[in-house]
Amino acid sequence: MTSQLRYRCQLHQSARERREESHPLTWRMRDDGVRVDLAEYVSKDGYAAVSQVLNGQSPEEVIDTMTEANVRGRGGAGFSAGVKWCLTLKGENIPRGYLVCNADEMEPGTFKDRQLMEQLPHLLIEGMILGGYANNARFGYIFLRGEYIGAARAIEQALAEAREAGWLGADIAGSGFDFDIALHTGAGRYICGEETALINSLEGRRANPRDKPPFPGQSGAWGKPTVVNNVETLCCVPSVLRHGADWYQSLSGDLSNDGGTKLYGVSGRVNRPGLWELPMGTSGRELLDLAGGIRDGRALKAWLPGGASTGFLLPEHLELALDFDTIAKAGSRLGTGLLTVVTDQQSMVALMRNLETFFARESCGWCTPCRDGLPWTVKLLAALERGEGEQGDIEMLDKLANDLGPGKTFCAHAPGAAMPLASALKYFRHEFEQGVTRPTGPAHAEPIPVGEV
Amino acid sequence: MRPETDTSENTATIASDGDGFVLDSRDRDAILRERDHFEQPQAACIEALKVVQRRHGWVPDGAIPAIAEVLGIGPASVEGVATFYSLIFRQPVGRHVILVCDSSSCFLTDYEALRDAIAARLGIGFGQTTEDGRFTLLPVCCLGACDQGPAMMIDDHTYGPVRPEDVAGLLEDYP
Repeated sequence: MTSQLRYRCQLHQSARERREESHPLTWRMRDDGVRVDLAEYVSKDGYAAVSQVLNGQSPEEVIDTMTEANVRGRGGAGFSAGVKWCLTLKGENIPRGYLVCNADEMEPGTFKDRQLMEQLPHLLIEGMILGGYANNARFGYIFLRGEYIGAARAIEQALAEAREAGWLGADIAGSGFDFDIALHTGAGRYICGEETALINSLEGRRANPRDKPPFPGQSGAWGKPTVVNNVETLCCVPSVLRHGADWYQSLSGDLSNDGGTKLYGVSGRVNRPGLWELPMGTSGRELLDLAGGIRDGRALKAWLPGGASTGFLLPEHLELALDFDTIAKAGSRLGTGLLTVVTDQQSMVALMRNLETFFARESCGWCTPCRDGLPWTVKLLAALERGEGEQGDIEMLDKLANDLGPGKTFCAHAPGAAMPLASALKYFRHEFEQGVTRPTGPAHAEPIPVGEV
Repeated sequence: MRPETDTSENTATIASDGDGFVLDSRDRDAILRERDHFEQPQAACIEALKVVQRRHGWVPDGAIPAIAEVLGIGPASVEGVATFYSLIFRQPVGRHVILVCDSSSCFLTDYEALRDAIAARLGIGFGQTTEDGRFTLLPVCCLGACDQGPAMMIDDHTYGPVRPEDVAGLLEDYP
């Protein structure tokens, strides 16, 4: 009984559909979903990029190739990995620092890194060795969320295999480069995925974000230059270096200025939710079609392009290319690129209450707008959902969405919470207005009487 | 100060003055091994709490000064971390911990019905433990199983999609 209910991640594309020249992230994965072990990985051109690069290219050349390929951060921020690596402090008087893989996948609606780590951990390890080489890192950490038990097992097995075979440790592939990786598993809290909070957590502290500058590349873990990259970003590295920037760019053809492929996904009430590796710039329409369309004969009302901290888009936006710049121009963010769909019978007010409850709970409490503002949005949204909203509540939500925006807090948690709220108020204001049934109460007095509300 | 790593001491146990808590020598070894992965001992703090929790089910009061002593850091640093992270339990929990995903994708695929079915079956809400000490029920951030929501975990196992009618059978497997 219970075994049938066990969650198993599986791509919707069969091994026959996934080819080396077009599916660099997933072509080695097996149809049975079993982890690709070292022998199988090596037989499928695994660690070839490490042999090639460590013995033939300088770190600067690696960074140039990555910059030219324009691999943009797949954790959601979309920052060029090559440019990030370029900014890492390196030099004779600079201590060797760290390469940290952000494997704290917790963005609501996102289930892509799990797939890569459970089934193809050697690809991540190979990407980290190359990233470590490019950034002159002395050691790597995989910061994995604690709930990913299967991924932890797969990574530990792969690390042991790689170390045994000499792909980790001293003098990798006879190149003179030393590098090893340790797995760090977390203990909950969404905020750990924010890169500076992650560094604090790695150091065994509360996961409060750090102010920037200094950026982690200047002063990160234990004050050393530290590069933090997402799992999928690092998994892109071996194929880019093996086949070159031009090849990588060509994968997306005319669809997007961003090169390569992306693990795209769909969740919510669709007929065939799941995960696909597709060219960067694939449209939302094509992805939704692959997911079999909306379930139970309902219609699409809205969608989040890449997690809870991205802005809502409408059915009319489905034709847009799912890449960083195009989605940003439409007023949202690509984020992780895994769509969450909302159908016509689902309430935006209830969904916003759910989203803001999440953000309020997961705030680390460091900055006042985030710590105090988010619970306030929950209170207002819950009242509107019950049909007990007061005149002025929606305007108050408008103000909060603004006050939680970029530049007012240490990190992007509050802006991430503000983006879906602002877009929901813009596109679905009538749903919120239906919840306003009462006159303005003391909560809206100016100034708010201290201690009375 | 960094504690000695001399392995000859590893059979000893560290007793705390708190609640009679004794740090198992195997756990002490595991914490010291973890410490060696990092530049500074504080970094092993989270793993140390998890090591203790794996053995006791939760982190008893006396474990805080015991961990602090092993790592050579202040107890407030350990407690500050212990109370920050949602998967470190500073009070006793049931033999099995149920984590129900309450994030957006599961919310849109009827998580609330699943939560209500579990709560009705066990007679407890979030943050509570059944009287027989068998289950503790907690909400959790997106479990990364959104394609098969609503999702939940019991101990180390992830399930999805779980319908309200599946709940009774699922719980039976965790005596």
